[in-house]
Amino acid sequence: MMEAFTTLDGLVAPLDRANVDTDAIIPKQFLKSIQRSGFGPNLFDEWRYLDHGEPGMDPATRVVNPDFVLNQPRYQGARILLARENFGCGSSREHAPWALADSGFRAIIAPSFADIFYNNCLKNGLLPIVLGASQVEELFQAAGREPGYRLVVDLAQQVVQTPEGERLGFAIDPFRKYCLLNGFDDIGLTLRHVADIKQFEEKRREAMPWLF
Amino acid sequence: MTAQTLYDKLWQQHVVREEEDGTALLYIDRHLVHEVTSPQAFEGLRLAGRTPWRVGSVLAVADHNVPTVDRDQGIADPISRLQVETLDRNCAAFGITEFAMTDPRAGIVHVIGPEQGATLPGMTVVCGDSHTSTHGAFAALAFGIGTSEVEHVLATQCLVAKKSLTMQVIVDGVLPRGVTAKDLALAVIGEIGTAGGTGYAIEFAGDAISALSMEGRMTLCNMAIEAGARAGMVAVDETTIDYLKGRPYAPQGPLWERAVVQWRQLVSDRGARFDHVVRLDAARIKPQVTWGTSPEMVASVDGRVPDPAKEADPVKREGMERALRYMGLSANAPISGIAVDKVFIGSCTNSRIEDLRAAAAVVRGKRVAEGIKLALVVPGSGLVKRQAEAEGLDRVFVAAGFEWRQPGCSMCLAMNADRLETGERCASTSNRNFEGRQGPGGRTHLVSPAMAAAAAIAGHFVDVREWCGE
Repeated sequence: MMEAFTTLDGLVAPLDRANVDTDAIIPKQFLKSIQRSGFGPNLFDEWRYLDHGEPGMDPATRVVNPDFVLNQPRYQGARILLARENFGCGSSREHAPWALADSGFRAIIAPSFADIFYNNCLKNGLLPIVLGASQVEELFQAAGREPGYRLVVDLAQQVVQTPEGERLGFAIDPFRKYCLLNGFDDIGLTLRHVADIKQFEEKRREAMPWLF
Repeated sequence: MTAQTLYDKLWQQHVVREEEDGTALLYIDRHLVHEVTSPQAFEGLRLAGRTPWRVGSVLAVADHNVPTVDRDQGIADPISRLQVETLDRNCAAFGITEFAMTDPRAGIVHVIGPEQGATLPGMTVVCGDSHTSTHGAFAALAFGIGTSEVEHVLATQCLVAKKSLTMQVIVDGVLPRGVTAKDLALAVIGEIGTAGGTGYAIEFAGDAISALSMEGRMTLCNMAIEAGARAGMVAVDETTIDYLKGRPYAPQGPLWERAVVQWRQLVSDRGARFDHVVRLDAARIKPQVTWGTSPEMVASVDGRVPDPAKEADPVKREGMERALRYMGLSANAPISGIAVDKVFIGSCTNSRIEDLRAAAAVVRGKRVAEGIKLALVVPGSGLVKRQAEAEGLDRVFVAAGFEWRQPGCSMCLAMNADRLETGERCASTSNRNFEGRQGPGGRTHLVSPAMAAAAAIAGHFVDVREWCGE
């Protein structure tokens, strides 16, 4: 079971750059871990710290980059990441959503996401929300202008609500929404169709025996 | 029946069941596994008390962490070693075929799959690696997945998926001499952008594609993900069939004949409708060099670094300025004037025999320039290495001052000891020029193998077309 996602009232942190790739979200040296957790301290490692990070380093001893936006005190405890176009492009590493979730993020708002990353988020109770470019631009303005800027995300209603009461609708695949609302992972659901899979497999084996 | 695209056919042939909203359960024929994205998937299986659905569909190899020197001494980095050993243990425990690090068949997962004939036309091929798009060169539906999906495929032999939109990239004409599939891939990305293919499966077609070898088609499909498309593909033709004949995992005898008949259907029907069509003229494509930190930041070798001041879109302009700062480049600087410190020939994009031949042809009888700190050639597999050595290519490289290494992902992503130091500039045949990709602070310029080889000899980028006639 993954953590269910229903509603979220969270502080917003803006990351104002396009094409943020998964190498930037979690650099390769941390992919050597065989665990699913513990990636949070190394989220955006090369931007977040001034020294070079390696697995096993104590985050308390690292040299923090004061200029990196997520290090600013006003964004500590943020649950919603505001991002630009093509967020999560590049490598398929699921360590990227693991690192974001481990750092407390539950939703990411951007004008567009890379496909694999988008998919990986949904498997981890992390909601990627696509809004229009002008809507995202307005949120960037507001989050930069107003300290403590928060948004409310209601997945059932498929709405992001601003403090001014504006309701921004977003689309999500109905099956993914169902899984997120209930915290279901896919495997259990797929295994309800074991008979179908077996039947399909047998037919395929007959038609194309070289595949087996 | 309505005309279908290749993608439509591949999709339809793998749908186990489909919900009303279009969500489908898609059957997976081939599952390639490597050490970085699989440990948590195996652990998940174990915690749920599940076993792999069909171990025969799985082929595993460690490639990201493996050293490219002194392999007989094992892996020095204990964390890397544990990850590779974890793969070994998981494969042994579940009865999965794995090519061990010292097996001559081992190498980069996207090189060995096709090389073994483990990638076949009409298959669905997945791997916890975005460059799985490579296998689409064989008219397979191949795409990268995350670790949760690796576990899902292991447990159920299926994926939950929705159909993509289709894009056809038609490349007419003939690629000029010295211009390769890599240049074509970068030119396509330059044209449509790194997000241009998001939501699409791309089919590459046209005379220039038909003329490509399987190695070239793999290079092109490999880079489809850098255009944002999870899957790239090329229809089956004689080139595909000739490549596969006699490979260890390919069917033999009467089954081969039966398979070939079916494979020949794996083309887009005449009149099939694509959601989007892009057309390029091969004759106009020049050798490409990336100048920034995204593969779409690319220029022709005879061009200049673009000027952010001329970019109207503020987000793009800011991205360009940031990239130039990171890359240590000035606007309007000629590409051919950019000097490099290191050269990397390898990766799942460009480490096959044809790539090594192209690079060797450029360096033969020449010497790596003074000031090049390291010039590496890392073959894509043990078998590529063996073939290259049989042709004497290793001696050509070594005589010129290159290092001839053992196979693996190596400096494409620098998870092993091969990497750039801060500020170092590299001519690289890999696929990503992201910040820090080849080492923290490292500066990557993506190029073809011939262009990388020429940069090693000259010490800076040169138009390899001018060397072709020699």
